[in-house]
Amino acid sequence: MRKSLGDGIANDLRFVVRRLVGEENFVEMHPNRSNNYCCGGGGGALQGGFPEARRRYGRLKAEQIKATGATYCIAPCHNCHSQIHDLAEHYRGNWRTVHLWTLICLSLGMLGEAERTYLGPELKEACL
Amino acid sequence: MRFKGSRSSFKEVARRLLPSDGSFDLCLSCGLCSSGCPASGLADMDPRKFLRLASLGQDEIIATTPWVWMCTLCRRCTHLCPMHIDIPALVYHARTCWPREKRPKGIVGSCDQALATGTASAMGTRPEDFRFVVEDVLAEVRENQPGQENLAAPVNRRGAYYFLNQNSREPVTEPDEMVPLWKILDYVGADWTYGTLGWAAENYCMFAADDAGWETLVRRKVAAVEELGCKVWLNTE
Ligand code: SF4
Ligand code: SF4
Repeated sequence: MRKSLGDGIANDLRFVVRRLVGEENFVEMHPNRSNNYCCGGGGGALQGGFPEARRRYGRLKAEQIKATGATYCIAPCHNCHSQIHDLAEHYRGNWRTVHLWTLICLSLGMLGEAERTYLGPELKEACL
Repeated sequence: MRFKGSRSSFKEVARRLLPSDGSFDLCLSCGLCSSGCPASGLADMDPRKFLRLASLGQDEIIATTPWVWMCTLCRRCTHLCPMHIDIPALVYHARTCWPREKRPKGIVGSCDQALATGTASAMGTRPEDFRFVVEDVLAEVRENQPGQENLAAPVNRRGAYYFLNQNSREPVTEPDEMVPLWKILDYVGADWTYGTLGWAAENYCMFAADDAGWETLVRRKVAAVEELGCKVWLNTE
């Protein structure tokens, strides 16, 4: 989205995330916005048949996420979600990867039990 | 070397692809593109090297390096380049130089699956299967989740304002992940629908650098949105 719509949309999404998780729980990664690194799942890479290269590509992203110390990484796109989820396993990251819709429904108190695949145990029963 | 379907060298084609203010002849060799590219070093290639090779007419290398499938077309290099050279456009063009049968099987296979069904799904999901999954999941949520008795996930509702598309993976491998989005749309009172045709959000023909297939899929999806008379096409990809 940022690729075609620019930093405006990146900032809008940050507004949403800040409201959902609270200012004190929001951690920015560096670099960010248009200067951010691609996670490595795009352009067909997830189906590209070069898994080793794809993970080496993703090392920068894994390090960026680790450096934030955050326990959840939000991915608004499906490709990114798959790749970042895979990176956490491969590089033994300490984060879980969630879709934005999961957090929106969680904070509105309408996230069902079966919709919590990517949440940690501490949130499995929150606001059920 | 000459490329299939064209009598021009890579460099000549690139000249036509890149506008005069982004031509690779303007490259300063500054290396900013490579220093910030996560694909630098993969397959012994990086964006600056790729550009220099193209500029020097090393078409054989350009047309065969597997690196073009490792670059994700993320555009970070173009964002940083002082001369605004569109490297991913060249990478895409290099992908088109590969014979179709030599391109990554996973990408081409997903493209072929999508072309073979009216849903445009890279997983080959058929229209009736998509409808079944949506209705099945919806019925379960309505029955088991208090407060969601009236949740809706309309399919083929003519005249809805939004036509929502959907990544194919969810209905096939993790259908429960579709539900949060339905709830949000319901919560804000959005007037939306899915369609049994053209609902798949992904377009692997684009990644496969299959221009004709890419266009076919986009047209198929547009036709589905127009057939239902929807005003806005909501792409979740
Ligand atoms: S950033 Fe631009 S000018 Fe610098 S080496 Fe890369 S393509 Fe050339
Ligand atoms: S578009 Fe390709 S070459 Fe440019 S920064 Fe991204 S991965 Fe690197």
